[in-house]
Amino acid sequence: MRRSADDRLFRLTTGAFAAMVLVIVVGIGIELTRQSMLSIQKFGWSFWTGRTWDPVAGEFGALPFIWGTLYSSLLALLLSAPIALGIAIFISELSPRFLRQPLAYLTDLLAAIPSIVYGLWGIFVLVPIVRKLELLTPEPLRRLPLFHGPPLGVGMGTAALILAVMVVPFSSSVAREILKNVPSAQREAAYALGATRWEAIKVAIGYGKTGIIGAIMLGLGRALGETMAVTMVIGNNPQVSLSLFTPQYTMAAVIANEFTEAADELYLHALIEIGLLLFVITIVVNLASRLLIWSTKKRAAELVVLASPATKEEIAA
Amino acid sequence: MTITIAMPSAPPGTAAVREIESGAAKISVRDFDFFYGSAQVLHGITLDIPDQQVTALIGPSGCGKTTFIRSINRMNDIIPEARAKGTITIDGRDIYAPGTDVVALRRRVGMVFQKSNPFPKSIFDNVAYGLRIGGLTDKRSLREHVEKSLIRAALWDEVKDRLDDSALALSGGQQQRLCIARALAVDPEILLMDEPASALDPTATTKIEELIWELKANYTIVIVTHNMQQAARVSDRTAFFMLGRVVEYSDTKTIFMNPKEKMTEDYVTGRFG
Ligand SMILES: Nc1ncnc2c1ncn2[C@@H]1O[C@H](COP(=O)(O)OP(=O)(O)OP(=O)(O)O)[C@@H](O)[C@H]1O
Ligand SMILES: [Mg+2]
Repeated sequence: MRRSADDRLFRLTTGAFAAMVLVIVVGIGIELTRQSMLSIQKFGWSFWTGRTWDPVAGEFGALPFIWGTLYSSLLALLLSAPIALGIAIFISELSPRFLRQPLAYLTDLLAAIPSIVYGLWGIFVLVPIVRKLELLTPEPLRRLPLFHGPPLGVGMGTAALILAVMVVPFSSSVAREILKNVPSAQREAAYALGATRWEAIKVAIGYGKTGIIGAIMLGLGRALGETMAVTMVIGNNPQVSLSLFTPQYTMAAVIANEFTEAADELYLHALIEIGLLLFVITIVVNLASRLLIWSTKKRAAELVVLASPATKEEIAA
Repeated sequence: MTITIAMPSAPPGTAAVREIESGAAKISVRDFDFFYGSAQVLHGITLDIPDQQVTALIGPSGCGKTTFIRSINRMNDIIPEARAKGTITIDGRDIYAPGTDVVALRRRVGMVFQKSNPFPKSIFDNVAYGLRIGGLTDKRSLREHVEKSLIRAALWDEVKDRLDDSALALSGGQQQRLCIARALAVDPEILLMDEPASALDPTATTKIEELIWELKANYTIVIVTHNMQQAARVSDRTAFFMLGRVVEYSDTKTIFMNPKEKMTEDYVTGRFG
């Protein structure tokens, strides 16, 4: 009897903690909404579509920040996805056994580097390199919207690069985990049909496809909220532009930069409203990616159940 | 014609001499040893597996049946630290000779696993997989091959209207026949089956057994089974393995009705252990 009482207590406490997390998340949402009421009431939807951010005139349009966050994250995703997947495949499928653990550990270590360090590295290493590349860009290319603007070194392209570097360890460590969970029976099935090593790897990737997409989206969730490193290299200039060379701005960066200077109530509320949207976007992206990862893991479990081994001892007389 | 071959390092109590029919052998195994790291699990296996017949491998758990059957298509190559010694020849060619094309070998030697392992793809794509990686792209030709394989695996009637459904939606027995169809699609000469029915109910098992019976007209079949009745029902020849050695290998009838070795008799009559 004591046992079941212990059990119930354990479930209660853990349940309470879980509920607390939920309460905190909802609480943050409510508080953010409350604290941005002035701006929500004054601008309504036009807050999300306005391109002017003029605190002195009391005019607040958040589109450049939303654009900057989404665009930089998406670019980072495009850059990081193939690299992260490549690293995951190399570590889990190709590298010699004795190198696996150290390599996995090293990539995980990259995730532990503080973002300010990435930012400093960005300013002192990445920016000069990018500036050189920009100067080397041939004139005809410079006319394309993608490469328009002065060769400053700071700007959207640099921000996307640094974000990509920061995101790779996350995506690749989850993708690695997914590949490790692919049942060896899948690879063996491919080999038995005359698959080459690469074809067998493709089968494993196909099996974990949704989970790998989830891993990459998890990286997206991280890129969306990344503040420090991006602020240091993106140029902090609110504009909506496709150009990789143009200095732009992100939601997290504007909040970090301007929060302490926000003198009047409306300015403050406008900044908090940006925080609110960032909060919602990140939660949605994270939920979606977790769901994808979870659904592949579940499928693996289902397969195991389906093919559960029967009793072997059918040895008859 | 029969020849006799001395078997090296025979365990005590087994005959040191074994009769092997030559001539019709599809697969010839000579002094085959196998090691996982430093642990030797197969000792001097020597036997001939005839063409167009069903050869059953029986023996207690852990005696090396799976290891042996996976040596025939070099599936063990993917296990790190595993090592083989001795020879296995198929149609006279040593499959462990340096420079052997393992991919081509595995296309000639199909394999069906104990647990059905369909890909999470449609029924059609599962059967077409081996054909596609083999370079076949023509839609119509793919369709014909898939249909033919499914018919051979006695699954066509049950799935012909839902080829695009996920293979995972099939029952366990259907999944196993799908895996057989998938193996047949690449047109192998030899079919290795490692306890193909051990996870299935009696009805599904009967279906698989009937299927094996029909397939032997065109294939050389090697099947591992723990079910004595199954071995007796489906196989022409039976090899009894114990502790990594072949104790007795003969016509299935002989093994079950009139075994030479006391150990074999004990095992097939269930007095083992
Ligand atoms: N990957 C492996 N690494 C190391 N040892 C292994 C490995 N696979 C099998 N063994 C060992 O080799 C021996 C033979 O195993 P094997 O699976 O071939 O036996 P089996 O006759 O198929 O048994 P079962 O009837 O239980 O399937 C066993 O002692 C087993 O523990
Ligand atoms: Mg086995």
